[in-house]
Amino acid sequence: MSVLVVVECADGEVKKSSLEVASYGAEVAAMLGTTATAIAVGEATEANLATLGEQGITKVLYDAEPRLKDFVNNAYTKLIATAAEQEQAKVIVLANSNIGAAVGSRLSVRLKASLATNVVELPKVNGDQFVVRRGAFSGKAFSDVVLSGDRKIIAVKKNSTEAKHEAGKSAEVTSFSAQLADADFADAPTQVVMQEQTGGVLLPEAELVVSGGRGMKGPENWSLIEDLAKALGAATACSKPVSDVDWRPHHEHVGQTGITVSPNLYIACGISGAIQHLAGVNSSKVIVVINKDPEAPFFKAADYGIVGDVFDVLPKLTAAVKELG
Amino acid sequence: MKFLVCISNVPDTTTKITFTPDNKEFNKAGVQFVINPWDEYALTRAIELKEAAGGTVTVLNVGEADTEPNIRKALAIGADDAIRVNAAPKDAFFVAEQIAAVAKEGAYDVILMGKESIDYNGFQVHGMVGEMLSIPTVAPAMKLDLSGNTATLEREIEGGKEIVTVNTPFVASCQQPMCEPRIPNMRGIMTARTKPLKVIEPVGEAPRTEVTEFMLPPKKQGVKLIPAETAGDLIKLLRNEAKVI
Ligand SMILES: Cc1cc2nc3c(=O)[nH]c(=O)nc-3n(C[C@H](O)[C@H](O)[C@H](O)COP(=O)(O)OP(=O)(O)OC[C@H]3O[C@@H](n4cnc5c(N)ncnc54)[C@H](O)[C@@H]3O)c2cc1C
Repeated sequence: MSVLVVVECADGEVKKSSLEVASYGAEVAAMLGTTATAIAVGEATEANLATLGEQGITKVLYDAEPRLKDFVNNAYTKLIATAAEQEQAKVIVLANSNIGAAVGSRLSVRLKASLATNVVELPKVNGDQFVVRRGAFSGKAFSDVVLSGDRKIIAVKKNSTEAKHEAGKSAEVTSFSAQLADADFADAPTQVVMQEQTGGVLLPEAELVVSGGRGMKGPENWSLIEDLAKALGAATACSKPVSDVDWRPHHEHVGQTGITVSPNLYIACGISGAIQHLAGVNSSKVIVVINKDPEAPFFKAADYGIVGDVFDVLPKLTAAVKELG
Repeated sequence: MKFLVCISNVPDTTTKITFTPDNKEFNKAGVQFVINPWDEYALTRAIELKEAAGGTVTVLNVGEADTEPNIRKALAIGADDAIRVNAAPKDAFFVAEQIAAVAKEGAYDVILMGKESIDYNGFQVHGMVGEMLSIPTVAPAMKLDLSGNTATLEREIEGGKEIVTVNTPFVASCQQPMCEPRIPNMRGIMTARTKPLKVIEPVGEAPRTEVTEFMLPPKKQGVKLIPAETAGDLIKLLRNEAKVI
C-alpha cells in the first residue's frame, strides 16, 4: 500500500501546484503509516525530480517517452493507472488543474476509486473512511465529503495547502514504463500554443494577483496594472466584462464563470465586486480593493481598501513597491 | 450527427448560498434555478453545428421533476428533444453512469457538457463518461469545429492551449469563448411546449461519495481604509502587517 502523487512538470521544472500536491501526498502517507511515491508527467529533469524529496516524496517514477511531454489524456491516464497498480496505491493525489481533473476523472472509473476534486485541506482519516473538505458553489461555500471504498483520488486546489521544504532531502528517481503504444496517443495534441504571461507568472498558480475591471476604462490603461504586477512579481487578472469586450484575454477572467483563484494577495482595481466576481476570488488570503465609489460592494469583502481613482492610486503603489526593493 | 448535451440545474449566479438547519443540504427556498452557465456553451455550440451540417440535438438532465422548466428552456433555445433521468444527482459518478447509459443506448456521436457545474464544481463528469464509454474526452474545450466525423478542438491547459483532433464519438466539456450562448425567442418558446421530453428511471451502482456537511467561508473582519493621498502606506501594511509581500 502506498500513496501515489501525480507531479506535473513543464520546461524541466516541477510546477508549484505539484509541489503542494507532493507535500499533501507525503502528509497523507504519514497518516496512513506508509510512503509517498510520485509519478512525473510532462517535461522533467532527473535532478529536479530528485528534489521532490524536500516535499517528503521517497521515490519518483519517470517515463522518458518523448510523446508524454505534452498532455495526452489517454496516455497520461494509462501511465498513472499502471503506476498505481504497480505501487498498490490506495490514495492518489493530484492537482485540481486542467490536467489533474481530466486524468483524475478517467482514473476514478478505471481504478474504481472514489474521487474528490477542489479539495482545500488534508483529509480526516478514520480507518477506511476519508473525509475531505472541498470548495463548492464556486467559492461561495465548502462541503465535507466522505470518500468510501478501497481507493481514493484527491485533487487538491491550487494555493490552498502549503508546499513544505525540507532542504537536503532527495528522492530516488526510477525509470518507469507503462508500455504505451501508438493507440494511447490517438488524442495527442497536433499543436500546443503557450501564451505570454505577465511577468512570467501563471494566474492559476500565482501567489499575488493584480486584477482590473471596467473602472480601468480601456485596454490602453492596462500598463498601470502590469507595472504594479511586474513590480510585485504578480500575475494579472480581470473581471468578466473586461474579457468579454476583449480588453484582456479570456484566460485572465476570474469569477464564477471564469477561473477561481486563491492567492495570498488579490488587488482589485476598478472592480465593483459583483457576487459572481467575488465567488472566484473570495478564498484569497488578503484582498485589497481600489475603487472610487465608497459604496462599491467589494469593500465588504476586502481586508484593505483605498477609496480613490485607480489612475492616481496605482502609480503610487507601484512606486512604493519599487521603494521597498 | 447525433448530439447529446448534458445540462444541470443550478442556483442562479446571484444566489446567496444558505443551507438547511442540519447543514446537510443546500437551502432551495426562494432560489431561482437556471441552466448551468457553462452548459449553455455546450448547448448553443451543438445547435450551431447541427444547423451547419445537419443532425439532432438531445438534451439530457439528471434531476427530479422540478428541473423541467430549464429542460423546456433548452428546447426553446433549439434542442430537438429531451431526456430526464428521474433522480436527484447524488454525485458525479452517479450522474456519469446515467449519461453513459443514455449515450450508449442512443448511439450519440458528440456528447457535450459544460466545464463544470457552478454548484458542485466537480469538473469530473466528462472524464468519467468518456472512460465508461471508452471514448476520448477533451476538457475543457474553448473551441469545437466538426468536419465530417472529425472534430478539431482547442483545449485549455494552464498557460496556453492544445489543438486536439478526435473522431466521433467523443466527449467534450465546454467553456468560453466557444460561442455566444443563445437565449430563447418567442417562436422557440412556443415550439418547445410540444417537443418530446422523455422521463426514464436511473440505472447503476451506489454513489461513491457523500456530503456530510456544508459550511460557509469565514467572514472578513472588516476593511481597513487607507487614504488615497498616502496610498503608498498600503504597501508597507502588506509587508509588515499582512506579511503577504
Ligand atoms: C451568469 C453570470 C455570470 C457572471 N460571471 C462573472 C464572472 O465569472 N466574473 C466576473 O467578474 N463577473 C461575472 N459576471 C458579471 C458580474 O455580474 C458583473 O457585471 C461584473 O463582475 C462587473 O465587472 P466590473 O466590476 O469590472 O464592472 P462594473 O460593475 O462596471 O464596475 C466598475 C467599477 O469600477 C469603479 N470605477 C470606475 N472608474 C474608476 C476609477 N477611475 N477609479 C477607481 N474605480 C473606478 C466603479 O466605481 C465600479 O465599482 C457574471 C454575470 C452573470 C449574469
